Amino acid sequence: MARPPVSEERLAADFGPHLNYAPPEGVPGREEPDDIVETHCCFCGMQCGIKLLVKENRVVGFEPWEEFPFNEGRLCPKGVQRYLQDNHPDRLTRPMEARPGEGFVPVGWEHALDRTVQEIRRIQQQYGKQAFGMLSGVSLTNEKSYLVGKFARVALQTPNLDYNGRLCMVSAGAGNKKAFGMDRACNPWSDMTHAEVIMICGANVSETFPTLTHWVWTGRDNGAKLIVVDPRLTPIARTADLHLAIRPGRDSALYSAILRELIVHDWLDHDFIAQHTSGFEAAAEAVQDYTLDWAETVTGIPASKIAQAAEWWGAAKTSFLCHARGIEHQTKGVENVSACINLVLATGRIGRPYCGYGTITGQGNGQGGREHGHKTDQLPGNRDIENPEDRRFVADIWGIPEPELPHSGYTAYEMLEAIHRGEIKGLLSICFNPVVSLPNNNMVREALDKLEFYACIDFFLSETAHYADIVFAGSLQEEEDGTVTTAEGRVVRIRAAVRPPGEARRDTAILLELARRLGAGDKFAYETSEDIFNELRRASRGSRADYFGITYEKVEKNMGIFWPCPDLDHPGTPRLWEDRQFRTPDKRAHFVPVKYHDPGEVTDDEFDVILTTGRVVSQYLSGTQTRRIGRLVDQYPEPLLELHPALALRKKIADRELVRVVTRRGSAIFPAQIVETIREDTVFIPYHWPGKKSANQLTSGHLDPVSKIPEFKISACRLEPTGQTAPPPSETQAWRAT
Amino acid sequence: MIAPQFNTEMEFFMDPQRCIGCHACEMACAECETNGQLPMITVDYVKRATSPQTVMQICMHCEDPACAKVCPADAIVKDEFGVVMSANTSRCVGCSNCVLACPFGVPKKVELSDLMMKCNMCYDRTSVGKRPMCATVCPSGALWYGTREKLERLRPNSTPINTFVFGKQEVKTKVHYMMPKGSTKLVVD
Repeated sequence: MARPPVSEERLAADFGPHLNYAPPEGVPGREEPDDIVETHCCFCGMQCGIKLLVKENRVVGFEPWEEFPFNEGRLCPKGVQRYLQDNHPDRLTRPMEARPGEGFVPVGWEHALDRTVQEIRRIQQQYGKQAFGMLSGVSLTNEKSYLVGKFARVALQTPNLDYNGRLCMVSAGAGNKKAFGMDRACNPWSDMTHAEVIMICGANVSETFPTLTHWVWTGRDNGAKLIVVDPRLTPIARTADLHLAIRPGRDSALYSAILRELIVHDWLDHDFIAQHTSGFEAAAEAVQDYTLDWAETVTGIPASKIAQAAEWWGAAKTSFLCHARGIEHQTKGVENVSACINLVLATGRIGRPYCGYGTITGQGNGQGGREHGHKTDQLPGNRDIENPEDRRFVADIWGIPEPELPHSGYTAYEMLEAIHRGEIKGLLSICFNPVVSLPNNNMVREALDKLEFYACIDFFLSETAHYADIVFAGSLQEEEDGTVTTAEGRVVRIRAAVRPPGEARRDTAILLELARRLGAGDKFAYETSEDIFNELRRASRGSRADYFGITYEKVEKNMGIFWPCPDLDHPGTPRLWEDRQFRTPDKRAHFVPVKYHDPGEVTDDEFDVILTTGRVVSQYLSGTQTRRIGRLVDQYPEPLLELHPALALRKKIADRELVRVVTRRGSAIFPAQIVETIREDTVFIPYHWPGKKSANQLTSGHLDPVSKIPEFKISACRLEPTGQTAPPPSETQAWRAT
Repeated sequence: MIAPQFNTEMEFFMDPQRCIGCHACEMACAECETNGQLPMITVDYVKRATSPQTVMQICMHCEDPACAKVCPADAIVKDEFGVVMSANTSRCVGCSNCVLACPFGVPKKVELSDLMMKCNMCYDRTSVGKRPMCATVCPSGALWYGTREKLERLRPNSTPINTFVFGKQEVKTKVHYMMPKGSTKLVVD
């Protein structure tokens, strides 16, 4: 039975999170490092360059890497403190086995590997290959992403592999493929420099991609007008020329009304539309009834402000539109993305200097990780697992007959549902903490309880690893060589600064050994990460994510190469579509008609307030790493319920009062933070915390029908004040809530 | 004091308008071994109930530093490049005169050691040609260190000022504030 072997309180006491602080004099060895390693931050999709200081196989500090072109030394607090995840008291240094009543006890590698392989075999013989699933994550390098995809299909032979990119940007990926036939931010961020208008749609840039703020300001310093669409006045929205405080879940109504304005006022690039696009008429017809007044009613944004945004967008000669999870984490995530792209195509501002568009990928390798095949419907090079030609191409490279290559399986949330139903009996996971990060996580816990066997590869004992039978001590980002692809499409080098501590092993070594024991060793004969990358290059050759011309040497020499890079002499492609040769079958960019519909859950008498979730600047995703770093925890120690004073008055809620937030999935208590910087009909809770403090106890499992992204951004909730004041933030233990 | 690589063309500019409240500067400052994990820069909300606006404060390195003038022990000195040093620990008597006198509220008395500490513009970095840590990591350009020529090219719509008026008192500083183009001083009433 996969359930915590002892109480979660005891697991937290033994395995943390504990808070790591640097000693006052600094980590010993920092002044005289043995090595200074140029690599990248392990956190968000910006993948800022950073130098790690190494002394005697320990990361002891950092220095800004001022030569790296994207961030030139700039970092956010997570980047500054990221080195403290090394030498951490919670670091797993040997494999462990869950023993009910005893806890996690250290075991040898032989035993851990043997038992895992036996269980995989038993479950697959008893219930079928598909009954063993695998979950992965896009903080992994390109090499590991590729390896996991191949491991699941060739060694485990299961269709049920998916990844936490499903919670990140899959709506953007699907929208980009529909429009352009390819999925990558179309421009480097430096194209903001002379954009006349920068429109940021559902992206809390300054808290979730702090170093991108520089590029937004670079444009503003040159006179760009900044439009920010967000239900909250975020730090970037505070500085906007126009803040459109949208009602959560109504985004496509806004962009459709703007498209209608562009058409009404003829702010269109007719030549571009005629020569390089298709589907404009259908897209125009879809929005013909979406007047400004209608949009005001739906979105809650004054019609005059929508008209202003349309006028600025319409009249601009250059522009940059970017979006993130705010519009993507919705049941109409893909439609929201299409509605945004329609604005870009209608004005023809793409494929030219300072004419940009792109999603801002959230996770460290959110871009590369979504291209190389640990997504259930995908093979390397963003190939389609159901396309016979793609299947043959990849099966040949992997040395297996095409019919043996599994087809598409369940997506991440669906996989947990399938476990809950008893269809999937065994699980291997790496780099994914669904107990914190998936919506409706009471269901997730119940599902994990039902597994017959669960093995987890991780470097800390995450809240999800509590449910494991076997825990493999894997590797941190700085313990293994590889590459990642940044949110702007730049492939960069991650360097092994240190070796894994104690008996911990590199993730790759663990997967290769499991593959060997499963009888597929001959298909996984790699000596180095570069060997894996070279196979990835071949597997992606000619694909819609073509890395063939990228080598480690080129990446290192040029501080990154932008894909597509089809051959060894090719310099890479920082800006897409300059040739107007879109990767769709007709080589045109496609408008997609978007009809508005409401979110999966709307407010009613019982649940009368909109709940939306997101992040804070000092924490990263499920907090597995950042809830263990002292200063990052101190900066924002506990999740707060942000609400407007007018709503607080109506609900008789005082500042710092503990408020029970109730949805159809569950309830949780948070201290109120009364601020005017949020809509009156909406409350916000950041989601980085586990247990009783987890916002994802409340969120819904409604999925986008195309991308299968969960609708984290909209739930209907009820607020119940408790009459009690929260203890001071300094007394909270939210980072280790059980 | 010998500082062969201190480049006098490099200057410090602050633009609180751009501050996103991320605290990267504070955390990076605290890393300096001379600070003992205490940041010499502060970042605070102005009034969180109404706005996410934050402001950061570092030592402004006054031309005629009040902190030095009121120090009874002559512990605070300004060097030839205009950097106002943190109190000399062998002289500082922990009287807090400087804490009370500074118009910007910069010096802090560290209770643990009973000594004053403040920003010395990362002297260990700037004196060897590096940029101060806070201005190197700042992701929004709210803290910026470089030549005036480059700054004017990058930010054509802003003007750096270094004259602050507090009531009847005018203070000139080495560190500049970015103001709308054409501004000459900041009046703080």
